[in-house]
Amino acid sequence: MILAKVVGTVVATRKDERLVSNKLLLARPVDPHGKPDANYLVAVDTVDAGFGETVLIVSGSSARMASGMKDCPVDAAIVGIVDTVQVQE
Amino acid sequence: MQVARVLGEIVSTIKDANLVGVKLLVLQPLAVSGDPVGKTLVALDSVGAGVGERVFFVRGREAAFPFYPSEPPTDASVIGIVDRMDTE
Repeated sequence: MILAKVVGTVVATRKDERLVSNKLLLARPVDPHGKPDANYLVAVDTVDAGFGETVLIVSGSSARMASGMKDCPVDAAIVGIVDTVQVQE
Repeated sequence: MQVARVLGEIVSTIKDANLVGVKLLVLQPLAVSGDPVGKTLVALDSVGAGVGERVFFVRGREAAFPFYPSEPPTDASVIGIVDRMDTE
């Protein structure tokens, strides 16, 4: 899983029918200190995350194990909202 | 599977129901030399690993297997704590 910051929403009227009524968010992967470290990605939100929050994103086929994502065409799902990251220096 | 150092822990209150009660660790993958290599990631803990320890972890769909019959949504899980590595 990776840490990412929610930077926006994605609106799509035409999409796969199994994605209907799922919220799509634009997220920017960050390192444990909050510094951006990779390109943006679109993830399905399963925990009601919002703009500016740091979230946990699960990628690949494991994303389909997020709640409600069974047999959906997703490879990135937000499965948690991060409260704190404690990192040893 | 890959070797990594546990850098820290993550606290998350709102999360997938299948992640409740599972520890989330921040990992830094390591080279054989012990130097950091690649990006940090977050993994579930299935062995009781702690901050500062050297561990090995599995990526992909198989990362959910240690928690069977629960199926947490994870693509990385710590599955062992390294006592010693011998290299030539």
